[in-house]
Amino acid sequence: MAEVTYRDALRSTLIEEMERDHAVVLMGEDIGVYQGTFRVTADLLQRFGPKRVIDTPISELGFIGAAVGMAMLGLRPVVEVMTWNFSLLAFDQIINNAAKIRYFSGGQVDLPVVIRGPNGAGVQLSAQHSQSLEATYAHFPGLLVAAPATPAEAKGLLRTAIRGNDPVVFLENAALYGMKGEVADGEFALPFGKAEVARPGTDVTVVAYSRMVHLALAAAGQLAGDGINAEVINLRTLRPLDTQTIIASVTKTHRAVVVQEQWKPFGAAAEIAARIYEEAFDELDAPVERVTGADVPMPYARNLELLAVPHEGDIVKAVKKTLYRT
Amino acid sequence: MQRIEDLTREELAAAVESYAKMVLARRFEEAAERAFRHGKIGGYLHVYSGQEAVAAGFLSVLRRDDIFFTAYRDHAHALLRGTPPGAVMAELYGKATGVAKGKGGSMHLFDASRGFYGGYGIVGGHIPLATGAAYTLRYLDTDRICLCFLGDGAMNSGSFHEPVNMAGLWGQDAMCPIVYIVENNQYAMGTSVSRSSAATNLASRFAAYAIEHERADGMDYFTVRRVASRVISQVRETGRPYALEVLTYRFAGHGAADLFQPYRNKEEVTQARTRDPITVLEDRLRAAGVLTDADVERIHSDAEQTVEGAVRFADESPEPAADELFKDVHGAWGTWPR
Repeated sequence: MAEVTYRDALRSTLIEEMERDHAVVLMGEDIGVYQGTFRVTADLLQRFGPKRVIDTPISELGFIGAAVGMAMLGLRPVVEVMTWNFSLLAFDQIINNAAKIRYFSGGQVDLPVVIRGPNGAGVQLSAQHSQSLEATYAHFPGLLVAAPATPAEAKGLLRTAIRGNDPVVFLENAALYGMKGEVADGEFALPFGKAEVARPGTDVTVVAYSRMVHLALAAAGQLAGDGINAEVINLRTLRPLDTQTIIASVTKTHRAVVVQEQWKPFGAAAEIAARIYEEAFDELDAPVERVTGADVPMPYARNLELLAVPHEGDIVKAVKKTLYRT
Repeated sequence: MQRIEDLTREELAAAVESYAKMVLARRFEEAAERAFRHGKIGGYLHVYSGQEAVAAGFLSVLRRDDIFFTAYRDHAHALLRGTPPGAVMAELYGKATGVAKGKGGSMHLFDASRGFYGGYGIVGGHIPLATGAAYTLRYLDTDRICLCFLGDGAMNSGSFHEPVNMAGLWGQDAMCPIVYIVENNQYAMGTSVSRSSAATNLASRFAAYAIEHERADGMDYFTVRRVASRVISQVRETGRPYALEVLTYRFAGHGAADLFQPYRNKEEVTQARTRDPITVLEDRLRAAGVLTDADVERIHSDAEQTVEGAVRFADESPEPAADELFKDVHGAWGTWPR
């Protein structure tokens, strides 16, 4: 066990996997000479050379598509998108190629390609650089979607992503890169599709992922002061989605709040709430509450931006609503 | 045009073989169009008739362990590479015995065992894949190469420019053994080259990415094969990309639904048909004395029989089992935790 940052957990996993398997290569904008925008790939060009740490032009479509082609031929590329906002330029490659080639070829190739980078709002990055695209990607069969909340999850899920045989949308979070946490030594890995009960509780289930897990835990702490014992579920991956853990929790608490940073319509929380209704309707003592970002393009002004993203207080309020308390 | 007396015995022998395959591809497309009209084939159907010399010229010199990618006009590429016609037709029919178990259809033929990595339906979308695949061949320290067939229309999409620029860069380190083959059949669906590309010498557009390029006559098999042979050797040797614009013509409509073809007139098609690549090759082989009337008759009747067999195979093959629906979405996880 060692205490490391989320960033270093990612970086050390890349190093370990590259040392273990020559098929692992890195690609992205300014990941080599520049050392990576968030320094996740710092020093890796020096360690592994330009054939394995490939600085690309600003061509998301080009290099993400190239990575898919590499994966088809047996490599295990890990592609960095400077932010997930830029992945929209490569949407066709991710959706029409990465997610579907295995299927339309009748299973003739594996597609072990990991696309990783920060997702979600930063600080005053405004409309084009603050999007949360998890539900967008989780919509498509053929993709896997991971959203680690801690350094240990960053390490464990990234290793599983790299060693798997499917395209993985790996959603990091800029606000978490500096976060420290305990990470197991050795070839520590976490399975996809297995949520964590981040805080056991009895009165209400709060479902979250990525940075929102920390808000949910803080809210649970605050609620404890009011005598409300919230259970917090950290999903870790959205596709596959561990409905079993969610349903087991709701069966115990009979109330649920789902938290997401993204816009409310057609989002992850809507999907999770629907699963709860489908599989545990009779267990519910209150409608499922959703805590989400405001349904607007992200504003620049700090005060407006703060109004547009969810906060601890919003979760507290939603939980109390499911308990019919104010 | 290549002078007949300059051709080697090997070239002539290979040409006779290619001729037979081109005839097969043409008969196959005709049968596919009939089957489409009879409702046996669904979705889209894009036939290759008129362009056979391009794929035949290149694939006849491609090494067994080399690889290639193409777009959706892909039946002939599979057949010329040696994929069994029955498996190709069965894929068009959506049958379990198809190359992709009936899950891909006409636009997504795929035969990885023969180095054919698909069959793609989004114009230009396969160019990045082929470029990354070419990098991989060098990364793995092999001397294998990759062919990337594309249409003239694909050159106007970002999915052309981004990877081709990267190929130019990677080629500087001998890391991109790829040949981009622009099959310029004059029309991007119904939009002619002059209406879609500001520069109509398409080969010249590769200069922007420091990629060596040339134009060739795509209706003459020998010309294509000679160029292909030289260029493939060069790319294998250097690890640098090379681009060819091959001038050809699509005799049929864009797809089976393109009945009226308002973008071109009948005279133009009739004129183009006077240089049918199959007839051009046949005439030259006859002139060289390596193809007789009897040979021609045998080749055509063999092709017809093969195609009939393929159609029968496709017709009689079972549909995919219902449980195939959820298979091949994800890969195996092996021993790693899930």
